[in-house]
Amino acid sequence: MKIISAASALSKKMKIKIKEKLYELTFAVLAFSSLAFLVGIVIVLFREAMPIFEKLNIGDLVFGRFWYPTYDPPEFGIFPLIIASFWVSLGAMLVCVPLGIGSALYINEIASKRQKEIFKPLVEILASIPSIVYGFFGMAILAPFLQGLLGIPIGLCAFTASLTLGIMATPTVTSIAEDALSYVPRSFREASYAVGANRWQTLTRVVVPAAGSGISTAIILGMSRAIGETMTVLMVAGGAAMIPGSPFDPVRPMTAAIAAEMGEAPVGGDHYHALFAIALILFVITFVFNIAAEFVSRRFRIKLGLSG
Amino acid sequence: MRRNITEKIGFGIVSVCMWITVSFLFLIIFFIAVKGIGVISWEFLTSQPRNAMTAGGVAPAIVGTFYLVVGSMMFAVPLGIATAIYLTEYSPKSYVLNLIRISINNLAGVPSVVFGLFGLAIFVKFLGFGVSIISGSLSLGILVLPLIISAAQEALLAVPQSIREASLAVGASKWQTIKKIVVPAAMPGILTGVILSIGRVAGETAPILFTAATFYIKGYPDSPFSEVMALPYHIYALMTEGSHPEKQTAIAYGCCLILLSLVLIVSGIAIYMRKRERSYHHA
Repeated sequence: MKIISAASALSKKMKIKIKEKLYELTFAVLAFSSLAFLVGIVIVLFREAMPIFEKLNIGDLVFGRFWYPTYDPPEFGIFPLIIASFWVSLGAMLVCVPLGIGSALYINEIASKRQKEIFKPLVEILASIPSIVYGFFGMAILAPFLQGLLGIPIGLCAFTASLTLGIMATPTVTSIAEDALSYVPRSFREASYAVGANRWQTLTRVVVPAAGSGISTAIILGMSRAIGETMTVLMVAGGAAMIPGSPFDPVRPMTAAIAAEMGEAPVGGDHYHALFAIALILFVITFVFNIAAEFVSRRFRIKLGLSG
Repeated sequence: MRRNITEKIGFGIVSVCMWITVSFLFLIIFFIAVKGIGVISWEFLTSQPRNAMTAGGVAPAIVGTFYLVVGSMMFAVPLGIATAIYLTEYSPKSYVLNLIRISINNLAGVPSVVFGLFGLAIFVKFLGFGVSIISGSLSLGILVLPLIISAAQEALLAVPQSIREASLAVGASKWQTIKKIVVPAAMPGILTGVILSIGRVAGETAPILFTAATFYIKGYPDSPFSEVMALPYHIYALMTEGSHPEKQTAIAYGCCLILLSLVLIVSGIAIYMRKRERSYHHA
């Protein structure tokens, strides 16, 4: 009798142990799904883009100056689209870097506790506005307004797209830069005040340099956000697939080309594969930006003695 | 003296930046509210579009957005929470942790249109779900997965270690501790993350362009495998397709106002909840 109950107790213990192991295993498998999706995305992009790389060499594809996917014979030169993406995003940077960092400095340095409690949520709400709303705002309100104000022939152009994207990326830059500023230890400031520096001198010569790589992370991620943004540029940038000569030319960034053309491209055709090739290039660009941001922010945390 | 003037000018410029940023928010809300409010009526919210999208309501688009949100949450919430539990509670080896962390970070940085292409290639074509609610929901679900994981992770990490130890000390197993103690304690924080991602999913357009959305269906979708109208896509289509731009723009203003109110309310709730949560932990 005793032996049996001991045996059953033992097997009960075993059961619990096995059950616990099973739970852990299940969670482990699920946790790897994010890795699986990332790898899956890479595989899908490569697989679907491959056929076009077999037909054209990479140089012709990436540096080809003409994007006429529906002509006969079609031309698949992505260069104008890549230039357009950078053109529009760099324009957006001119808006979101000063505004974003300025706002972060305000929240961190000037705002009273009460103001902070108002401004920080407002910035977050600005970040939560969907891109389609920005696109609509740019198309229905900003473009006609700028067209009248600047006397430009078309309102839907790189300039308007840059402005809209810039507004959109500002809260991203603000939040990350503000985070970086708030990590700068109090002692840095106190040391600076102690040797007679005023608040502005402390800010520009001590706090900002100390938070420098954190702020760089903010800028890099803002740029990554701007390059990957789709709906806004699709609606506002004008859509002409040519190398822009001025900020007021209509352009077609990579994301806009994918979104606008994928619906009409026959599945399995050259155009379809070329659009996947664009997505692959876009993925690589944003991947590089994200890795760079990660690298810079890790260095920042080590420099300030925070845990990596 | 000069350095005090520099300080004044410097702080002045910084303040102007802050005010410009905030004024953008109010400008966007103001313009859309002013022009959109006239369009919205009970009929607009509850009836079908008529006369080739130039009259009637947008009820199917509202319903469609609701289906997509529910579908994507059904997929992303359990998966996201499970991932966060594994990362915080079972503390895997550091290289595993790094690998998953890096992939989450990079997944968060992938442009939204790429999720659309992934969905098109995998769910629509490869798995044969077609252009459907389920394909769209899955694409959107993968998109918000990183957001849910990091919110849940933050919430789980905020649960004090001593509570776990107390539970284990009275003989509870690890799984019992997680299920009965840790997850309930972290629930408000997890919920905040879920609410935030609802706002994100409701407004995303690019991932559903080729996986779920359509400009017009008759009536309402009747299965997870049918195409669906959605508010964000409807705004895009109204602005770029069709032949009556004037009338369509008016309807687009209405849709935009609905979407904007929805997102603002949802993120307002999330921000409020998080604030309460944080002050509770600090107290």
